[in-house]
Amino acid sequence: MASDTGQQHPLKIYFIIWALLFLFSGASYATDFLDHGLFRWGLILLFMVLKAGFIIAIFMHMRWERLALIYAILGPPVVLLVLIGLMVVEGEYTEGTRMSRFSAPLPIAGHVAEHEAAHE
Amino acid sequence: MAQDGATAAGTNEPAGWQTIVTDWSSDKQTFRVPWGKAMMWIFLLSDTFIFTCFLTGYMHVRVSTAVPWPNPSEVFGLNVFGVSVPLLLIGIMTFDLITSSGTMALAVNYGYRRDRGRAAALMFMTAAFGAIFVGMQAFEWSKLIIEEGVRPWANPMGASQFGASFFMITGFHGLHVSAGVVYLSIVAMKVLRGDYEKKGYEIVEIAGLYWHFVDLVWVFIFAFFYLW
Repeated sequence: MASDTGQQHPLKIYFIIWALLFLFSGASYATDFLDHGLFRWGLILLFMVLKAGFIIAIFMHMRWERLALIYAILGPPVVLLVLIGLMVVEGEYTEGTRMSRFSAPLPIAGHVAEHEAAHE
Repeated sequence: MAQDGATAAGTNEPAGWQTIVTDWSSDKQTFRVPWGKAMMWIFLLSDTFIFTCFLTGYMHVRVSTAVPWPNPSEVFGLNVFGVSVPLLLIGIMTFDLITSSGTMALAVNYGYRRDRGRAAALMFMTAAFGAIFVGMQAFEWSKLIIEEGVRPWANPMGASQFGASFFMITGFHGLHVSAGVVYLSIVAMKVLRGDYEKKGYEIVEIAGLYWHFVDLVWVFIFAFFYLW
C-alpha cells in the first residue's frame, strides 16, 4: 500500500524483475535475426511494452503509489498516441506525393520556364 | 494496490476511485508523497513529451522519405574476429543500462534501510555503468562519423534524414545519461557523508526515478530506432 514514509519492499521482487528485464532484452535483441514483417514487429512491441511496464510499475514503484499520482502521470501521455497516429497518416500521404511527383518530370518546372520566357 | 468499493475494509479511509476524489479535493496537498518526488514525476512527464516528439519526428521522416532507409542492423553491426554480428554494441549497451537500473533499485532499498554505505556504493556502481554507456556511445558515434561518413545532412547508405534523427535522438539521450551520472555521483557523495540522516532517504528514490526513466527511454529508442 502507499505510505507517507517511502517505498520499502522485499529485495526478492527487484531480483525477479531484474532477471525478467534481462530475459526480455535478450529476446528483443534476438528479434533482429528474424525476417522483417508483422510477426517481428509484434514481438518487438510486445517486449518493449513488457520492459517499460515492469520498469515503471516495480523499479519506479508506480504500482504502490496512490491513484491520484498514477493517473496524473500516466494519463497525459495518452494524448501522444493521437500525435503519433496523425503523423503516420500525414507521413504516408507525403511519401505518396513524393513517389508520384518526384519520380516523374516535374510539371511545375515547365510552368516556370514558360513564365520566364514570357518575361524575356 | 487500491481495493474496490468506497472504503477500505475496517477503516473510514476511502479506497479505489474514491481516493482520486478525496486527494484532488484535499485542502493542503494532492499528492501524498514528498514534494521532490512529485516534482520529479512531473519533470519526467515533460521529458516524456520531448522524447516522444523526437521519436515521432523520426518516424515521420522515415515514413515519408522516398529514398530507402539505411539498415540499422548492418550499420550498427560489429566485426568480431572476422564475423559480423548485427547490433552487437547496441545489445551490450542495452544490457549495461538494465544492469545499472538493477543496482539503482537496490540502492533505493538500502537507502530506506538506512544502510548508507551500501546505498552509496550501489549508486556509485550505477553511475559507473552509466559512464561506461556514454563511453560506448562515444565509440559508436566516432565509428559512424569517421569510418562510415555519416553526417546529420547526408550519409553514404541511404536516406539523408538518417543522420539527423540518429544524432538528435541518441545525442539527447546520451546527454540525459551524462547528467544522470553527475547527479547520482553528487547524491551518492552526500549519502555517504551522512547529509540525509535527519531528512530521510527519499532523495535516493527521487534520483532513482530519473535514472530508471533514462533506461525507459532507451527501451523505446532500442525498439524504434535500432530494431525497426
